Parts: sequence; structure tokens; C-alpha cells
Amino acid sequence: MSAQPNHFAPLARLLHWLMAVMIIAMLFIGAGMVASVSERHEWLINLHKPLGIAILLLVIVRLVVRFSTRQPPLPADLPGWQVLAAKASHVLLYILMFVLPLLGWAMISAAGDPVMLSSSVQLPSILPANAQVFAFLRKAHGYLAYLLFLTVLLHLAAALFHGWVRRDEVLDSMLRGRDRA
Amino acid sequence: MVDRSSPPTRPPLSGASLTLRLAGIAVVVAAMAGAFAYVNGTFDPQRLTPKKLINVLETNNGVHPGFRRNHSKGVCVIGHFESSGEARSYSSAQVFNDARTPVVGRLALPAGNPYAPDSSVPIRSLALRFTQANGQQWRTGMNSMPVFPVGTPEAFYQLQQAQSPDPATGKPNPAAVPAFFGAHPEAGPFLAWIKTARPSASYATETYNSVNAFYLVNAAGQRQAVRWSMVPLAQDAAGATAPEGGDFLEKDLVQRISAGPLRWQLNITLADAGDPVNDASKAWPDGRKVVNAGTLVLESTQPQLNGECRDINYDPLVLPAGIEGSDDPLLAARSAGYASSYLRRTSEVSQLPAAKKEAQQ
Repeated sequence: MSAQPNHFAPLARLLHWLMAVMIIAMLFIGAGMVASVSERHEWLINLHKPLGIAILLLVIVRLVVRFSTRQPPLPADLPGWQVLAAKASHVLLYILMFVLPLLGWAMISAAGDPVMLSSSVQLPSILPANAQVFAFLRKAHGYLAYLLFLTVLLHLAAALFHGWVRRDEVLDSMLRGRDRA
Repeated sequence: MVDRSSPPTRPPLSGASLTLRLAGIAVVVAAMAGAFAYVNGTFDPQRLTPKKLINVLETNNGVHPGFRRNHSKGVCVIGHFESSGEARSYSSAQVFNDARTPVVGRLALPAGNPYAPDSSVPIRSLALRFTQANGQQWRTGMNSMPVFPVGTPEAFYQLQQAQSPDPATGKPNPAAVPAFFGAHPEAGPFLAWIKTARPSASYATETYNSVNAFYLVNAAGQRQAVRWSMVPLAQDAAGATAPEGGDFLEKDLVQRISAGPLRWQLNITLADAGDPVNDASKAWPDGRKVVNAGTLVLESTQPQLNGECRDINYDPLVLPAGIEGSDDPLLAARSAGYASSYLRRTSEVSQLPAAKKEAQQ
């Protein structure tokens, strides 16, 4: 009997699926709001900011959970390049989940705008106002959001590849807590 | 239990099954990517985007790196707002409660060319940023016209397109703007106003109007639809017509402010039930209750190329608790368009000193 678990811890699975929904929603909200001049723009931006901060808080919790629980190992017969791709893409996902909300917060600060999560909830600025710093951060926020979307697509394709083509335990380890009979 | 070190051997997939499964993955990924492209407007070239709105301004005015894409010529002003306390019962915003709130503003011409002669348009604008003690801000961009020519961002975009140079001649088609107004009767009140408007000789003698409607919200949560105006207390030279051409507005302002602060009264007009709050092209009837919310005091000026106002985006939807945007569609469009202009010009800040030379030539 292996000492390693076959499945992710229940809290890890809860955080994964909760954040999956939030991050995909966030990516669509961001893409929609920058391409709209209608009231939708305002409505989406008012959703984007508090949701981003919620993701930032959750990713911190998630990193703690990640390092305090045991992860199921990858299948022993997985080719080396796929092991490397799996590990690198997970590191990238964690980095982007953490960096994107921070970039958003920082760019609003650098624009000299008050960082409002609602009509009265305000966060402190984390950078002094500076136009050139704003322009850099705003562009980084946009490009890295596209990179996150592409990484999410890759992650989704790989998960389905494990589940439908390789038919190993990888997809199952995040879907359910118990082995199939 | 499955032993990880020796995974169970599954029967290999047939060629057809493997193809089908790979195709299934491709369909899922393509559906997600397609939904994303739909949302960001890739499949919808007709959609009016912030980018298009700013592009048409650049087409009409040329690109002047580092400058605002509209209202490009202006001057920074520094001062404060003294609340009268009279708006307190309508809005919980700190700006109406505290005796004094610092202000960084900008007086400007409403064109996208930073070198336009001051006499070229009979409209002037005033943008203000009030910074409350609690850190919240109120930003407002006001114009000297009482109403906007049109009520929707789409119509505004078409009006800009009507002024775009014809690719064949390099000049705007002279029939396009009259044709636009012929098809847009909502522009009637604006056209009636502009017929009598003359370029003023001073920024200091103009009344600046919010044009769009907003809501004041008081501590009890009651909402009152309003528009506001900054009405000059300096009436001395009112009616003076502008000298031809040139750059007289900034000189006049610097001269006046060096002699003493300039003052405007903030008048807040309360809508009656039934007054249009979602259409900036329509005036509200006379006789509405007007609240004198306090006095704007402008004490000094700064050049816009290095003044405090340069890096402020006067987005009319940056509002403190106690003031809310209305459902006027122009407000969201201004907010979205200004953000696009702001990113372009903040990316070009390093090119601004060259712009100084361009101005001298």
C-alpha cells in the first residue's frame, strides 16, 4: 500500500473548483469590459475588482493548503516531458493567480485612482501615482491575463487527455474523493 | 485500491475511439476559446469599443503623443472646495460635509488638437478632482454647453465619423455633418444653443455643466437625480468676445489668478419625477430646485505638460460614497473611452518634451 494519497485533500479540491469558476469568470469579465462602452463596462468593472481581491486572498489560502497536504503522485508511466509540462504549468498557474490581482491593485494605485471595491470599501494604494509605471502595469495585466487564459486552456486539455485518452487516475484525483469501484 | 507504482493496464483505444476522444478535447477547448473571443468582440466588428471611440478621435485630430485624445489643450488649476453644508441632506459624500476639500482641476478646449486656436470653438471645459479626507475621490468633467449634442455613445461615434477626413479627398465631406444632424433631431437643443454661443475671452467667466445626470444618496439611502453646474462668481468680463486665434485663454487665466483666487458656485439642480436622467441631449425644464452646495476656489495654475492634472484621468464615474452614476449611457462610454485614452497617453509620457518643441514650430 502506497503512503501517498490517491486524491487531493477535500479542502484542496474545494479550493480548486471554487477558484476555477472564479478565475474563468474573471477572465471573461476582463475581456468583456475592455471591449465595451455600454453600461456593461461599468457593471463588469465593479465586479472585477472585488472578485480579483477575493482570488488574491483565496490563492494565499490555497498555497498554504498546497504545502500542508499531500498531493497524489503523477502516474509512474507518464513520459518525462509531460511530467515537466505538468509541473511547469502548475507553477505558472499559481504565479499568475497571485500576480494578476496584485498587478490590478498596483496599476489602479499607480494611476492615482482610489482603490474602491464598492462604493465605500477602499483599499490602500500600494504604489505612488506614476503615469509610466501605470502604463507598464496596465499592459502587463492585460498580456498576463491572456497568458493565464492560454494556460487554463492547456490545463483543461491536459486534464481531459488524462481522463479520456490515458484513462489514468489524474482527472479522478481532483474530481472525487474515493476511487471508482 | 489502485497501486500507483504499477498502474492498471487498460485496453488500448481503437483508432476511431482515440480520434473521437481527441476531437472531444478539441471541441471543449475550442468552445471555451470561442466564447472568450465572442466576449472580447473578435466576432463582432460592429460593436462600439473604447478602442474605436478613441481611434476615430485620432483619425480626426491626428495623434499627438502624450496628450489627451480629446480636450487636448488645457491648463492645470489647483484650489479647494468650500462646502456650504446645504447638500448634506441629499448626499452623504464627505465633500459636502467637510468645510474644505482640496481640488486639482483642468480647464480645456473640447478638441483633440493640443494646438487648436482658442477661438476655434465656443465651448470650454472644466474637470475637477476632489480628494476627500477619507481618501475617496470625486472626479467630474464639465462643459460650458448646457446639453450634449446626442444621447448615446453610438450617435457620438457617428458624429465623429461624419467629421472624419474622406480618404479620397483628405478632407471631411462637408455634407456629412448636416446629414448627421438631419437624422438626429435629438441634437436640436444643442444646435439651438451653439448658434448663439461665442468663444469666450476667458475661462473664468464660463459656467460649466455636468451635462450627464447623477444620483445623490443621503445617509438614509434616499436617491435624488441631479445635474450640477459651476457658476462663475466673476462676471466682470462676461460677454467679452474672444480675440482672434491664439492662446489667450491660458494667459488670461494666469493673469487673473495672480491677482487673486477665482470662484465658482456649485449649483446642484434636483430633477423632478419624469425629468430625463438617461439622456444628456435633453435639458430639464426651468424651475427645478437648485441647491447651492458650496464654492470652488481656484488659487493657482500649472502648465499641463508637467502639472498635477496631467496624469489624472477625469473619469466621471470615479465617485465617492454618496454620489452615484445614473443610467445615462454616455457615462459608461466616457469612463471606458477615457481609460483607453489614458493608457495610450501614459504610454507616451516620455515623448512629451518633444511635443513642446512641436508646439513652438
